[in-house]
Amino acid sequence: MTAVAQTQRETGLTGNSAIAYAMMQINPDVCPAYPITPSTSVIEEFSSYVADGKVETELIPTESEHSAMSAGVGASAAGARVMTATSAQGLALMWEMLYIASGMRLPIILTDVNRALSAPINIHCDHSDTMGARDSGWLQLYSETVQEAYDNLIMAVRIAEDKRVQLPIMVCLDGFITSHAIENISLLSTEAVQGFVGEYTPDSALLNVENPATFGAMTLPYAYMPLKKQQSDAMTASKPVVEEIAAEFALLSGRNYGLLEEYKLDDAEVAIVVLNSSAGTVKDAVDTLRAQGKKVGALKPRLYRPFPHAEIAKALSGKKAVCVLDRADSMNGFGGPLFTDIRSALYSDANRPQIIDRIYGLGGADFRVNDALGVFDELFKVQETGQVDELIKYLTV
Amino acid sequence: MATLKELAKKEELFTGGHRLCAGCGIPPIVRLILRSTDSNIVATTATGCLEVASSVYPYTAWKVPWVHSAFENAAATITGAEGAYKALKRKKRLPGSDQERDIKFIAFGGDGGTYDIGFQALSGALERGHNFLYVCYDNGAYMNTGVQRSSATPLGSNTTTSPAGEVILGKQQWRKDLTKIVAAHNIPYVGQASPHNWRDLSKKSEKALAINGPTFLNVISACPLGWYAKPEDSIALCKLATETCYWPLYEIEEGVLKVNYKPKDKRPIMEWIKPQGRFKHLFKADGGMEIIEEFQRRLDEEWERLLELDGKRV
Repeated sequence: MTAVAQTQRETGLTGNSAIAYAMMQINPDVCPAYPITPSTSVIEEFSSYVADGKVETELIPTESEHSAMSAGVGASAAGARVMTATSAQGLALMWEMLYIASGMRLPIILTDVNRALSAPINIHCDHSDTMGARDSGWLQLYSETVQEAYDNLIMAVRIAEDKRVQLPIMVCLDGFITSHAIENISLLSTEAVQGFVGEYTPDSALLNVENPATFGAMTLPYAYMPLKKQQSDAMTASKPVVEEIAAEFALLSGRNYGLLEEYKLDDAEVAIVVLNSSAGTVKDAVDTLRAQGKKVGALKPRLYRPFPHAEIAKALSGKKAVCVLDRADSMNGFGGPLFTDIRSALYSDANRPQIIDRIYGLGGADFRVNDALGVFDELFKVQETGQVDELIKYLTV
Repeated sequence: MATLKELAKKEELFTGGHRLCAGCGIPPIVRLILRSTDSNIVATTATGCLEVASSVYPYTAWKVPWVHSAFENAAATITGAEGAYKALKRKKRLPGSDQERDIKFIAFGGDGGTYDIGFQALSGALERGHNFLYVCYDNGAYMNTGVQRSSATPLGSNTTTSPAGEVILGKQQWRKDLTKIVAAHNIPYVGQASPHNWRDLSKKSEKALAINGPTFLNVISACPLGWYAKPEDSIALCKLATETCYWPLYEIEEGVLKVNYKPKDKRPIMEWIKPQGRFKHLFKADGGMEIIEEFQRRLDEEWERLLELDGKRV
């Protein structure tokens, strides 16, 4: 068991320990879970918090991830705050239930420790798992560091349960790279976390037997589409809620989070867009090139669903050349999902940059500062010639 | 145990106006089970006939809190709701005023949602020891989607995925013995019942719902559509299923098996299958009678084995 002081001082924690610790502080009502690498230690550590009486959570150790999310749906509909964690095949097995959780407007909170999807089987990091769930109606927050993962999870509770949102949310962090590496982070006190997240009070609940309600009814076409419109509207409406809650969190923690993080982007002429831990690698390359007087920058979306298309277009408008780094391939002959989304977001911008897509880091393949510098070299060439030779390419293969 | 008069006076918790077929065995089963406890009930239903016919938005036939999430996970879904109850009761945060209220949790599923696709979730929920009753209404095929075979479909039955053809005469396999498999989880109570015997079904539901722990009822349910039988014969066919020992009424309570009904004059299986159109090819095609004989032989064997176990710890 990781010993952590309930203070704001710096504490060395792995990503998974920080997530488990945040879950302990939140003290959710129900945690249905099934272990899978690399998210396993989140549930292991949380199980110890349950066993040691640190939380009052009902732990439901199901026989599969499908049942974990099914129990999550039952518990959330019953009126409970539900949190769980998974990775890769686990998220894939939950796939059917992800759509049911969002369609039923159940604010379940899930941590996904990003891992490559089989086949070939591989336990290391890429984003093919959560990218496969990008259209499942869940909000998605991505985390560069252990600190960001911890903070995102605490904010996620408020975002999901906000009456304007009422949608499930997943917090993503990179498998092994972030989940198993120790960083010094600043923890909030448990009182502060509990004060921030408050209590979950749904408008209707199965356990409210005095007011029996039917959940998950069958709908015919005339009812299905209006309900889907409501769900879609809630997803759109969640964007300012994410900003509001980040502002409130900043007052509590002193840490500021936007929908995106712009790194030396203002006057940059070329830029890289990247999610999660590799943003740190890219920032290092940016610093190296800035020291040489090159106008380079980076953009790291924190919120990916709903997609902050206007904010991204604004941040990249006027740049000469941009590379989107995708840690997943859509396997559609047109690159990765982040590339497709960002290119589409920029379509109607008169000053849109040239955009290329580079697929990197699949199944835990290394992505080093030199690889990021190589991408900037490619971008300088695009900037110089105004020509894109290779729109989409695998890096380091 | 409540008398019929007392049961009839209880509030109807599954209302009329649902869209289940005339002659369907499911409504009498559900209505009786919901009347078998004075506690509050929270129920779930696997995707299937009962679910689609009872919850067509914006209407509902359920006067108890009810949830449907998917096909293969009724057992997992109900354990989530039961877990929420435990946690919120512990935290004194149950919605509504009464923090001490008692709630019984019931999951309903058809044979497809229980024997087949929901089998894993059921096994997991039983092993975890949640406090819930799982009710399988077994009509012997995927009736909701147009009569496809399930692992509960009887031998020789004509279904749309085990059709009676020129060469193959319906379903070739014996059915899965789910009640025994569930009993192998060593849960406190397992019962097999039929809606024609309301007293037996009601008694079993009362027992199951009074127990703190996982319990299971397997209830035969006639399906005029899939059995190609007359709606008015449904209850008689359920009765005949017990008279032929196709569907023995028995229970396993704290590990001890008790056969609840031993027909004095055990009827041949022929009498049960003859009125059902799903077996009619067996009376016409070459080899059909051999299948019926095989059916009888295996039923006799099973019945003998069951009688040997009567009164014993299993």
